[in-house]
Amino acid sequence: MATTDAATAAPKKRSLLRADAAQKLLAFSALILIFIFFSLASPFFRTPDNISSILVATAVNGVLALGVTFVIITAGIDLSVGTVMTLSAVMTGVAVTNQGLPVPVGIVVGLLTGTTAGLLSGLMIARMKIPPFIATLGMMMIARGLSLVISGVKPIYFNDTPGFRDIMMGSVVGAVIPGFSVPNAVFILFGASLVAAFILGKTVLGRYAVAIGSNEEATRLSGVNVANWKTAIYALGGAFSGLAGVMIASRLNSAQPALGIGYELEAIAAVVIGGTSLSGGEGTILGTLIGALIISTLTNGLRILSVPQEWQMVITGVIVVLAVYLDIIRRRGR
Amino acid sequence: MGDVLVNMQGIDKSFPGVHALIEARFDLRAGEVHALVGENGAGKSTLMKILSGIYHKDAGHILLQDKEVEIPSPRAAQDLGISMIHQEINLMNHLTLAQNVFIGREPRRAIRFLLDDDKINDQTRALFNSMRLNLDPRTKAADLTVAKQQMVEIAKALSFDSQVLIMDEPTAALTEAEIEELFRIIRELRDNGVGIVYISHRLEELKQISDRITVMRDGQTIDTVDAQTTGIDQIISMMVGRTIFEAAPEVPETPNEEIALEVRNLNRGDVIRDVNFFLKKGEILGFAGLMGAGRTEVARAVFGADPVDSGEFRVHGEVVHIKSPKDAVAHGIGYLSEDRKRYGLALGMDVEENIALAGFSKFVGRLGTVNRSATRETANHYVDALQIKTPNIEQRVRNLSGGNQQKVVIGKWLTADTEILIFDEPTRGIDVGAKSEIYHLLNDLAQQGKSIIMISSELPEILRMSHRIIVMCEGRITGELSSADATQEEIMRLATQRRGLVSANGEPASGQSTEQNGKA
Repeated sequence: MATTDAATAAPKKRSLLRADAAQKLLAFSALILIFIFFSLASPFFRTPDNISSILVATAVNGVLALGVTFVIITAGIDLSVGTVMTLSAVMTGVAVTNQGLPVPVGIVVGLLTGTTAGLLSGLMIARMKIPPFIATLGMMMIARGLSLVISGVKPIYFNDTPGFRDIMMGSVVGAVIPGFSVPNAVFILFGASLVAAFILGKTVLGRYAVAIGSNEEATRLSGVNVANWKTAIYALGGAFSGLAGVMIASRLNSAQPALGIGYELEAIAAVVIGGTSLSGGEGTILGTLIGALIISTLTNGLRILSVPQEWQMVITGVIVVLAVYLDIIRRRGR
Repeated sequence: MGDVLVNMQGIDKSFPGVHALIEARFDLRAGEVHALVGENGAGKSTLMKILSGIYHKDAGHILLQDKEVEIPSPRAAQDLGISMIHQEINLMNHLTLAQNVFIGREPRRAIRFLLDDDKINDQTRALFNSMRLNLDPRTKAADLTVAKQQMVEIAKALSFDSQVLIMDEPTAALTEAEIEELFRIIRELRDNGVGIVYISHRLEELKQISDRITVMRDGQTIDTVDAQTTGIDQIISMMVGRTIFEAAPEVPETPNEEIALEVRNLNRGDVIRDVNFFLKKGEILGFAGLMGAGRTEVARAVFGADPVDSGEFRVHGEVVHIKSPKDAVAHGIGYLSEDRKRYGLALGMDVEENIALAGFSKFVGRLGTVNRSATRETANHYVDALQIKTPNIEQRVRNLSGGNQQKVVIGKWLTADTEILIFDEPTRGIDVGAKSEIYHLLNDLAQQGKSIIMISSELPEILRMSHRIIVMCEGRITGELSSADATQEEIMRLATQRRGLVSANGEPASGQSTEQNGKA
């Protein structure tokens, strides 16, 4: 087989530099450029403390975006991730504070809440054939309403469990290596990314996500139970929202029931900037991670330059449109 | 021929508004190629979709090796050794070939959730080798030609150890050489005892490849006959329920000398290289060539659908700027895509709305309201004039047969007052009866003074219809033939005249090497 391998090495190398890789490269260069720009504009920007806070700020949106990546690869959409995150946070709060359950149980409750919400969205989409946009729009409002009802429209504080805030803001690494006190949040984000990349690249679920997004009917005709797998993919997306819920509750040391709206759009923006195609079939976890970093670096840098928050939104919007437009130009060139 | 593998009896199937199958029957033996023919809408695909688990029968029995079976899903059909290769290529473009072949039944690692891509690459490579296909399993499906994708679909079907292989129009998108390759594989499978159902509109192929032929019409099985002893005429008459004569060439009268469209110095990257041609008023100009020769690209460039590097267009002698389809329509140019469903029609809309669509501004009143009585009148006019078979003009286009959909597209462009019509594969996927109607229609249009460019991969069609024939290969025009001089052999020679073999004066370096390259 030596000859075959030699003959096939060339096209493989070429395809690595093409398509998804090109967009990743583009997004990565954009991230570097943004970073250099802000570093020159403000000396404070590149201090370790600030970089650490950028990474912490990326964590929640990044984890949400990981879940959304799977959904968008199937050519679907999930608008409910923000409010499902909040609902998960509230449920964790109820478990830990109101019921006095141990923190690990609270974490599991949060994860299960998110997974259940995703599962329900998936069932609506795959079984009841409701378009993803509508199904998850419904779930978005349901989750928001439930968060308010369950919490009594009041924030739930984790004051009785001092360890809870350390989930995100403590530093396990800092305890081992003094002086390198990177908050746990950063490691949770990278850990979740590794898990997501593994699921997408190495497991049946990831393979079917790509297949469904590429050609759903062909996948069905190949004997794949598309409805079940789609449901599973939305449930997985929900699980990431659940994780994000625990993370944001820990970071704020409270479950804020009014929070959540707008997070879904920022997550989708991160996914899209990272080169995942809204028409399905292609996308990478690394791209999403870079996309999330671009958004939080921008937000952080603009804030340091004292650009008003309203304008930060405008700039982020322009970046999203530009990213997608560049992708379109690139595809046309092919 | 071996034992009876499949026996379908009394199969009935209704869709809303259509009784698609009426007590249809079909049997398949091991080690035979059994052709299934019939006009569009005769029920061939429906019958086979029932056999492959995509549709569920309302009544009837399916016996597989004398045992009655129920086939509730494509997966169940696969488990019974029945695979179907669909008319449209059904690969996942973003996955590799190996991933496509093993989709739905990936070998797993020790932990059941994990994929083993090394294993599927090895198994797919072995499978390709056994079919003598020179493909890398790790290539993405999107990077293959249509013909190669088709081969991959066959490989995929074979990997199920299928005893029954159903092929729906497998040669629709293939060149002659590729068809030979396909036939070689089909014959090998047959000799290994696989039963093959072969659905095709290309009747001339049937004698070459099939052992028996079953004819269907209006949802019923008409008869099963021996392929070698039955004439094409006889099969056609069974298909249409009346005898029609073998089609004689029908080149209409010579057009007048007025030039309707002239294209000069058209270039677009590697796909279109220095293309020059003209189209006379009332002429049918055939564009022949293999798949990917650049014919569709030229048509799309003329229609303003793709940006070009250079090119000058003259309509009736005047230089015009065509930057978008809107410009093209404004200058009286219409393009009828080969992919009607995707580019030609709004499938969910009705006949009336589709016909009115391209010339919509004509029907819009001063206040922006649509003049319904005018659109209705126009639609009814074309339904009559083009003999579109539809219960009424409120019928959704999705529910019409391929031939009638094509007529709706033609009606749409006639409504828009287009003088120059570009037909891209006008009869693809259309049955014999409707084909000859489309041919008549094209002739009538030309005689009425419309100028027509017809792109077609079916050589008999090109030869029969065109006043002049332009042959393309790899983005260049390699020759022009008058209808009197054109033969299938000459067209194929020009269509395979690849660049590397053309010397400075434009002639092939030597006939021998052309032939060798044509085979490669």
